[in-house]
Parts: sequence; structure tokens; C-alpha cells
Amino acid sequence: MSVLVKRIALTVLAVVVTVGSASAAERQYPGVGREATPAEIQSWDIDVRPDGKGAPPGHGTAVQGERVYLVKCASCHGEFGEGGGRYPVLIGGFGTLKHQRPEKTIGSYWPYASTIFDYIKRAMPFGNAQSLNNDEVYGLTAYLLFMNDIITDDTVVSAENIGTIEMPNRVNFFDDPRPDAQPKGELCMKDCGGPIKVVGSARKLDVTPETGGDAVDVSAASSAPTETQVAAVPSGDAKAGRSVFNKCKACHLVDSAKNRVGPGLKDLFGRAAGTHEDYKYSKDMMAAGDKGLVWTDETIAAFVADPKGYLGEQLAKSRANTRMAFAGIRSEKDILDLIAYLKEATKP
Amino acid sequence: MRKKSSNSDINVPENEGLDRRSFLRAGLAGSTALAAGGLAGASGAKAAGLDIPIWSQQLGIDVDALPYGKPSVYESGVVRRSVDWLTATRESSINFTPLYALDGFVTPNGICFERHHGGAAEVDPAQHHLMINGMVDRPLLFSVEDLLRLPRVSRFFFLECAANGGMEWRNAQLNGVQYTHGMVHCVQYTGVPLKLLLEEAGVKPKADWIMVEGGDSAGMNRSIPMAKALDDCIVALFMNGERLRVEQGYPVRLVVPGFEGNMWVKWLRRIEVGDGAWQAREETSKYTDLMPDGRARRFTWEMDCKSVITNPCPENPIPGKGANVLTGLAWSGRGTVTRVDVSMDGGRNWLEARLEGPVMPKCLTRFYLDGWEWDGSEVYLQSRAMDDTGYVQPQMVELQKVRGVNSIYHNNAIQTWHVLKSGEVENVRLG
Repeated sequence: MSVLVKRIALTVLAVVVTVGSASAAERQYPGVGREATPAEIQSWDIDVRPDGKGAPPGHGTAVQGERVYLVKCASCHGEFGEGGGRYPVLIGGFGTLKHQRPEKTIGSYWPYASTIFDYIKRAMPFGNAQSLNNDEVYGLTAYLLFMNDIITDDTVVSAENIGTIEMPNRVNFFDDPRPDAQPKGELCMKDCGGPIKVVGSARKLDVTPETGGDAVDVSAASSAPTETQVAAVPSGDAKAGRSVFNKCKACHLVDSAKNRVGPGLKDLFGRAAGTHEDYKYSKDMMAAGDKGLVWTDETIAAFVADPKGYLGEQLAKSRANTRMAFAGIRSEKDILDLIAYLKEATKP
Repeated sequence: MRKKSSNSDINVPENEGLDRRSFLRAGLAGSTALAAGGLAGASGAKAAGLDIPIWSQQLGIDVDALPYGKPSVYESGVVRRSVDWLTATRESSINFTPLYALDGFVTPNGICFERHHGGAAEVDPAQHHLMINGMVDRPLLFSVEDLLRLPRVSRFFFLECAANGGMEWRNAQLNGVQYTHGMVHCVQYTGVPLKLLLEEAGVKPKADWIMVEGGDSAGMNRSIPMAKALDDCIVALFMNGERLRVEQGYPVRLVVPGFEGNMWVKWLRRIEVGDGAWQAREETSKYTDLMPDGRARRFTWEMDCKSVITNPCPENPIPGKGANVLTGLAWSGRGTVTRVDVSMDGGRNWLEARLEGPVMPKCLTRFYLDGWEWDGSEVYLQSRAMDDTGYVQPQMVELQKVRGVNSIYHNNAIQTWHVLKSGEVENVRLG
């Protein structure tokens, strides 16, 4: 056995040596495939490495990048990179990596600046990949670095310096030390450990999709829609609410019935959920409307506080789908102010 | 299971799971059916004999009615399923293999779990190319037709997402083996050894890494060390005998045996040879494992040894006391499964299960606990796998001691199924 292993090891070694030294080796299957031309390689070779190798000509600053960001990125990642729905948070999270709920952002987590360029260039905007030119990608890289306090707003990011920008969390990555968590001594087969203690039950937690298996028994707790916890809403400050609405205005027109990314909000109060003309709602939103969800002070407040969760409550599941990629407004005062503003602004 | 007994004391508690169903039928048929015993109630038979069903009398479906076959309509519930609240969009999302409904070790192509980062690309093979560039003697461009002319190998390997079980780190969360362990599949892959293609291009002496890149709208890219690239990777064109499915990377996907699924780049369009890791988004921001001290492990490629019982499980309650099948799957990205133990009491006492052949490296292995009979009592089922490196699948408490609860990836802890007296099964966490 060990002889065989050794022989295999030698063969592998021989292959490595052969490959390594065969700088001018003939092809074994010369008729199959062909050499790629420099132009072909250039059109596809989009990657950028940590030392900046592969970075294309071009440059950009945070100021330039912000303009691109607001138009092409903010609808999912939030105007300030705060993320929406489950879209990634891009900014902040410093000092949270040891926390119960760590926030891994470009600033708090990513070890290399080159990765920002490489990823945006190849994969963003989501659903319209490779549509940004190199200056736009450098600008976005600069904007995201600036927003994370890593560079100043006038720093020009380019092919020359993208491999030299130091990321704060760079030193906190280390190579895989596994295997780990192994039992010490002989493997126990009999009378191992103390009495059985159950510390968690998935059935009681009840977040499993109901259509899961043929026999999954969903506990009674979720079978009836939960009553909305929001009591009558006291009045807020419409003027302050106007600036809260800044978070919404990229997608919603407040004084028009016209739809943008989100439905037009004119005449919102009293409207049944999922019924605005010509807007393509999520199935869940329409289902909630069918079940009787009507937009009022109370329901709007509860919805903007936790869109997916609230919609889920209406449908007796833990979370539901809405096309609104927005995490929700945390401050109660902001919500009250927003409602006050919406009441005035959406009047027919 | 359907023991004929006049002793109603035995008959009633014997089939608690079946009983409820039998009672339903009995309710419709009247109390005489109940008195006639379980046999009549369970199979809808006449008092004396069995029905001759319609398919035993009339002609069946003609050939070609279904040029590409499908499972029986009675199995239409056996499908991939997803969890709505897990991801922001349906295109960058994941679903799960219905492990509870399968036996053996091969996953049928149509129910291999999917993970896409920008939706499944519908690639026209006539327009698809694979480029090899970077630190090579000659950059090459292969059409799919070219790749189909090169020598092939066929190997069975499991593919597991690094995040399989990722929702279970803090506590038992999802009540079904499809959700707790379904980010894994195992098929026979056929294709060209990656080594052969790299040799055709001629790797420069100082090159020690490759970067592989997908042709989808996510342009998924990962770095792979040269030693692995020259070892057992395959540029696959076929799975389970047929060409790759769209959602599995048609027409070309990379197979990286034993390593996390994210590296098995689908719709493979480019391989670049270089002298360092690329530090792509999927190997820095994602697929790195955050430890309790705020530091993070990187390049955690191998999928550690793991196992789970697939019957019984939350989707497969036990129908009644007595004979029942206890079976599951075990696998290791570092080698071959050598042993699986099963416990009925949450890990206090263990019995060795039988491994069903073939047992192959980096491949799912089926195990059975032969002769198992359920006595109707509450049971805490666990399975514990070992591989030929001597590695033993750990309990979650042991993993948490080292890794905390925020590392998302590489949860290979022992799973506990709590069997209730009713025969129902639930996912629980033991302290």
C-alpha cells in the first residue's frame, strides 16, 4: 500500500516537474482548439489581483463615483450603503466582527481593495454586468473606500495605486488550520456524557417553509395571522417626515400615481395592498391585499418598520416577499414623521 | 408491520402513525372496517380478496408519450425546495436536494440542489468558449466541440456547498433534512482532466495558482492552488451519463473533488494561470470563516467528514413500531468514509452501521443500521462518520468551542433527530 502511495506521489511529482520545465513542450493534441489572440484575451481578461496586476487603464474619485452609485447601486444597497432587504451592506460595521451579529462590510471585513474593482467590473450592477466603463468602476471603488473612511474624497483611484491601498481588516485573515474540534483519546462507544438536555427545537422555532416535505407538521402557532402590534399612531412632524422620505424617493413618486421602481403613492391611504394600477407586485403583496390588508396609518407604519416581516405576518409565515428592497426604518419617530408627511403629500 | 391481531391492546398503540390514517378511513367506512383490522383499512381491499386495479386491466401509456421521462405522478412532491427568507433575490439564491426521498448514493440530475449568483445562464454551446491564459506557453481557446474531442474520465463525486447547514450554527432552525443537509448532491461526472488542458497550454515554472471564471452574469471566480488543479479536477461535460443540466453549468463546469461547491465554477469560460491567489470576492468577503476572536479563516476548501440520517427524519416519520429502515449518508472531502456509528440516545451509546458499497473517496456513502426495530419510545437519533484520515465527525458543542456561531460555513456537526412517541421526528439541538 505504502509503495503504491509512494509511486503515485512520485508520478504526481514527475508531472509537476514535467509541466514546470516544459516551457517549450509540444502540444499532445495540437489539432484541438487554437491559440487565443491578444485581442480575444484582452476582451475577456477582466480580473484584477491584490497587487494591482490586471488593473486596466482609468481612474476615478469618490465624488465621481457617488454620481454613479446613486443612479446604479443605491436602489439595492441603499443611499448610504446600508443595504436593503437582504442586499449586502457595503459601509460601516467597524468593530463588530466579535459581536453577536457581526456586520461584514467592505470597510469592516474585506482584506483587499482590488476585490472591489474586480467584483463590480465582473458582476455589477446586478443583472447588467460588465456595463460600467473602467472610470466608472474606479470611481465606485473610490466612493466605497471613501464612505468607509479608508481614503479621502479627493483621492484618485487608478491602475497605479489600486494594489497599494491598505484595508483595515487585512491582517485578520489566516490560512485554514483544520482539522479541528477532534475528540481526545479513545472514541467513546458506551455511556458517553451525562443526561440528555434538549436546548433547541426547529419545530418550535417554526421558520421551515410549510411545503417542506410531505409530512412536515407546521405547529398551530403559525396557522392564524398575528394581530398587528402597532396601536393607534400618534401624529408626527410632516416637515421632518419629508427628509425621512429621501430614503424612499429613489423608487416612489409621492404626489403622482405613476410607477417607478416602486408603485406611485398618490392616494395611498385607504388603498388595498397590491392593487395599484399597472404595477407588478410580488405574489405575497397581492395575497396580503386579497386577505384584506389596506394601507392606513397603522398598517403603513408597521410595514415600513419591517417590510418582509410585517407582510409575512399577514400571510402567517415568518417573512414574505415584497419587491421593496428596503430593510425598514428603525426609529419610531422617523416612522411617525414619515406617516405625517405621506398623509399630506399623497392627498388626491 | 400489519400484524393481524385480535388483541386490541396491542393493535392500537402498535401503529400510532398509521392509526390516525386508519381511523380516518374507518370513520368513513363505519365501525365494521375497524373491527376487521388494519389490513382491510390500510389497503382498501374487499372483505375477502384484493381489488384488480384499473392498470391491471387496461392498456397503459404508449411509448414516446413522454420522450424524456419523468418520475411517477405519485412522486411529484419530490422536488428541490428553497427558503424564501434566506436571500435577497431568486436569481442569487439556493435550493435544496430532497435527501429524505432518496436512497443509494446517486442524486438524480433534476433534483441536484442549485446555487446561482446571477441566475442560471442559458448558454448556447455553439457560442461558448473556454480560454486558458496567463502564465502559459500558449494561451488557448477551446470550443465545446473541441472539448468533446479530448480524452475523458468518469468519476463519482459529491458536491457540497460550504454553507450546507449554515442556518443551524446557533441552534436547530429548519425542521427537515432537505433544509438542514440538502446543499449536497452526488453524481458521476464525465469530462476532460484539467491537468490535460493545462499541459496543452504549458504552465510556466513559477505559476502556482489558477483562477477559474464562469460565463454567467456573476462571472463567478475563484482561485485554486496548482497542486489541486493538477491532481483530480475535471472539466466536466456530462453528469450521470447525460450532458450537464443548465442549472449545473451546461455546457462546461469545473469539478473540484472534496472542495467546497463554490469552487466548482459553472458555465466555465476562462482559466487564468498565475503566481498568487486572486483574492476574489467569493474567497474574501464570502467563503471565509469568521472566528469568535474577530479573525477569519481563509482558503477553507476541504469539506470535512459528515453524515446524516435520511430515514427517519422530519419528512419521514416512523409509521409504526417494529421493523423500520434506518439509513443515511456519509461523506468526506478529505478521503473515504471508513465507518459510521449510530446512536439512539443522543450520543450516549453507539452502534456501528453497515456501509453499502461502493464506498469511494470524496463520494456520498450510503449506510444502514440493519435489523433496527423501533419500540415506540422517544429516541434521539444521531450518526457519526469517520474517514480514512482518522477524522471523526464532531458534536456541535465541540465545533462551537473552537469556531463560535458566526462562521456560517463548514458546519459538519452531528445532527440530532428527536423521534416522538407518535413516530413524528423533529430537528433538535442537544446541549
